[in-house]
Amino acid sequence: MPRVSMSKISLLKLIASLLLLASLAGCATGSNPKDPWEPVNRKIFAFNQKVDSWVLKPIAQGYDAVAPLPVRTGVSNVFSNVEDVWIGLNNLLQGKPLQAVSDIGRFAINTTLGVAGIFDVATELGLDKHEEDFGQTLAVWGVGDGPYVMLPFFGPRTLRDTGGFVVDSAVSPLGYISDIPARNITRGVKVVSERADLLSAEKALDDAALDRYSYLRDFYLSRRKSLINDGRRVRVEEDARTDAPALVVADRDVEIGQSRLVFVALDRAYPALHVDVPAPVLQSLN
Amino acid sequence: MLKFLTRFTMVAVLGAGLQMSARAADETPDVLIKNATNEIIEVLKTDKAIQAGDVKHTQDVIESKVLRYFDFNKMTGSAVGREWRNATPEQKTQLAKEFQALLVRSYSNALTQYKNQTVDVKPFKAPAGDTEVTVKTEVKQPGGKPVTIDYDLTKTADGWKVFDVYVAGVSLVANYRDTFGQEIKTSGIDGLIKSLREKNAAKVIEKK
Repeated sequence: MPRVSMSKISLLKLIASLLLLASLAGCATGSNPKDPWEPVNRKIFAFNQKVDSWVLKPIAQGYDAVAPLPVRTGVSNVFSNVEDVWIGLNNLLQGKPLQAVSDIGRFAINTTLGVAGIFDVATELGLDKHEEDFGQTLAVWGVGDGPYVMLPFFGPRTLRDTGGFVVDSAVSPLGYISDIPARNITRGVKVVSERADLLSAEKALDDAALDRYSYLRDFYLSRRKSLINDGRRVRVEEDARTDAPALVVADRDVEIGQSRLVFVALDRAYPALHVDVPAPVLQSLN
Repeated sequence: MLKFLTRFTMVAVLGAGLQMSARAADETPDVLIKNATNEIIEVLKTDKAIQAGDVKHTQDVIESKVLRYFDFNKMTGSAVGREWRNATPEQKTQLAKEFQALLVRSYSNALTQYKNQTVDVKPFKAPAGDTEVTVKTEVKQPGGKPVTIDYDLTKTADGWKVFDVYVAGVSLVANYRDTFGQEIKTSGIDGLIKSLREKNAAKVIEKK
């Protein structure tokens, strides 16, 4: 049975100390109802920016310069593939079984045909990647956002999504690599790979924002709402009292379309399986 | 997550860049977006100065080809929110001018990083009488995940104009709303105009 790793304990410690800090600093500032801990958050944001510019960004820039695009894409794909199982489980927990089937299909195809996830064959076969995590699952179950939180090192979250993040980290297969140096190196590579992906986005943030902190905050909160609603636009009253997402009614056509895609993709990936896709279904997809 | 900020600033402009033609007023919004996007991509592929990173030149290209298809007054009004009603016509003009400059500068920087993206305009259906519609597109990039870009258009006397862009589900206008709101609360509409002007001026110096 895997032991709880040191980094998970230190993650929990960080979050606990953050919450303590927030309560010591005094919570409500009144200026932004979504961000009652703004003074503390801003300080942590400033800290994160320093750590980033002194340590992480130079490493990511080095990685970006040295590793050719196919290598960076491959590395990124391997980590992304591993996540697809958890994404599928979250879809199931959110009452979207057909999307979950598609996610498991992705994992199966990419792990085999895509050589341990290096090549994202599934997307080319029509199975698009979904973005789900435990924080979104909690939101669908009715848990409200809670205050906006800027976590040290990890960046922006809502309080609920911080809890979700802890669960996501706990179940990540990366945590179960038993050789500690190997596990730390893998984690390190993942962080650098993700940071390298963000280098050009950072310049965009600089150019577009009057105030980086609030631009990032508003972007993060909007993006989370969009992810929770799977891209569906939900009209919200400007002075709505609650953050709970509107009830999302599954779009039957989309769901049926998803399941068809899985069969077609499997059929194309493994002709030997003789997956029987009815002719009318094939026609409707072309 | 931050990845989408690249597209957030960059591809919004891919949405509107048509030659003004007699047919423009009759074009359906999805055709308008499709033509505009194709034209911009053509320019990005062939214009060496943009590829070399010449920001000033990119800004000129955007100003000549793209701006006409945005309704900046409506966008600024939406971004400013409730206080827009209290602004004088002079302030409104100033705000729209500065907001436009901010967006143009951001997007021209982002556009210089164009690397062979393709844009796929999704099938469009809206009731004939609608005066506000949404056109959905998807931007695909080699080695990266696809990003959805949705354009909200309004029907004006001059044809359809874009008044909001949603990148990966995040509204451009709404994203500025909180920042602008805070600025207005602390230093009023004039304070906001001043901050925008300073930000725009600072960028110009940086580029030299």
